[in-house]
Amino acid sequence: MDLLSPGTGLIVWQLIIFVGLFFLLKAFAWKPILASLKEREESIQNALDSAEKAKIEMASLKSDNEKLLKEAREERDRMLKDAKDAANRLHDEAQVAARKNADRIIEDAKAVIHTEKQAALRDVKAQVAMFSLAISEKLIKKNLSEDKQQKELVDTFIKDLKLN
Amino acid sequence: MKKPFLVSKTVFFALFFVVFSGRPLLASDNESGEEPKKFDANEVILHHVVDDHQWHFTDHVVLPLPIIVYSSEKGLDAFSSSRFFDEHHNPVDYNGYKLDHNHILLADSGKAVFDLSITKNVAMLLINATLLFLILTAVAKSAKNRTGKAPKGLQSFIEPIIVFVRDEIVKPNIGHHYEKFLPYLLTLFFFILFGNLLGLLPGSGNLTGNIAVTLVLAVLTFIITNFSGNKNYWSHIFWTPGVPLVLRPIILPVEIIGIFTKPFSLTIRLFVAITAGHIVLLSLICLTFIFQSYVVGVGVSIAVMFINLIELLVAGIQAYVFTLFTALYIGMATADDHH
Repeated sequence: MDLLSPGTGLIVWQLIIFVGLFFLLKAFAWKPILASLKEREESIQNALDSAEKAKIEMASLKSDNEKLLKEAREERDRMLKDAKDAANRLHDEAQVAARKNADRIIEDAKAVIHTEKQAALRDVKAQVAMFSLAISEKLIKKNLSEDKQQKELVDTFIKDLKLN
Repeated sequence: MKKPFLVSKTVFFALFFVVFSGRPLLASDNESGEEPKKFDANEVILHHVVDDHQWHFTDHVVLPLPIIVYSSEKGLDAFSSSRFFDEHHNPVDYNGYKLDHNHILLADSGKAVFDLSITKNVAMLLINATLLFLILTAVAKSAKNRTGKAPKGLQSFIEPIIVFVRDEIVKPNIGHHYEKFLPYLLTLFFFILFGNLLGLLPGSGNLTGNIAVTLVLAVLTFIITNFSGNKNYWSHIFWTPGVPLVLRPIILPVEIIGIFTKPFSLTIRLFVAITAGHIVLLSLICLTFIFQSYVVGVGVSIAVMFINLIELLVAGIQAYVFTLFTALYIGMATADDHH
């Protein structure tokens, strides 16, 4: 068995054993090992992918939430503004109505006063006429006694009249 | 700075021992009272590197191995290799067979027989294959049982090597259809790696440093490469595109020689790298017996330790290189056309 010449026996054995080993390992070692390696790599990749997806979803959820919040805030502001406007309007309307009412009442009162005044004046005129008649009557009755006294009397009456 | 110091110290001790030890040491392994034979380093080294019909651990511990021979004259025959030696370890003929320099011949005609013996390397081969099968099936079992879990124990030691072979050697060189060739390349890598490492053990056989073993591996690579070769591969060989028409007939023989130089280089590279490493180690150890000195023995042992570390590296590198080139050749034979 020299160093450089391959021994035929060893060639035969090497061929048989190596090829046999190859088929045995292929069936019982490489297949399950490579499959498990592949599976593990895939599961790691899937986990990473789903984490990335979850991150993106979280971000979109957050932006959705923010959008919703913003919309809600706007809605609230709008509602508040509407309410305020309505209140103001009502207030103004009420004020206008009240003023109108008051004006009308005042007008009415004025009219009543005027009418009353006219009526009173008419009464006064009638009274004055009555008084005048009465005075005239008394004057006529007293006319005969004294001029001066008569005059004083008339004056007093007139004074009384003015006071009224 | 440390190395010169170590060297000077070794030299000092060497001188010390040479001066004071008085008599040279007898390193002969012959104890039977005969005249000590002259120590022949060449014979010792060669004996350790080549195949043998018996497993020689020391001169007293020899494991006889089965001899299986076939000849047209005597048919198939099987017996123990110990039959070739008498009780004094002297070679004798047995049953018409003669062991001559590790070749079995027919004693009368001197004709060589077809030798299918379980030699030292065949035994190593069986040990290597059994070990590989046991380890890798254990890994497969643990991979199956621990689906969806982190690898553990032996599995976490072997799996990274498998991933390395797959991702660093096979995938980049073969491409997208690498999976078909992965089992062969993995078997190749682990067979060579374990063979190299087992060969480094004291007393073991030089399996992957045997040219028959590397030849078979290279021939298998050759067969797989050429049988999986596609149209582009053959058209590159027989009618190389991109070369002027006049030159194509000249390129043709070069390409055809190229088909055969590839497995040849694979055979020689692994054989030489491993055998050379063993020869270096054995030569250093033989220095002890040539100089017959303890001092040299100590110095040589230190050197051998470091060479052994390099041999561990070589064991990995040669497994890598053989697998890498195989993957490269297969990749070249199956590459898609990109002209």
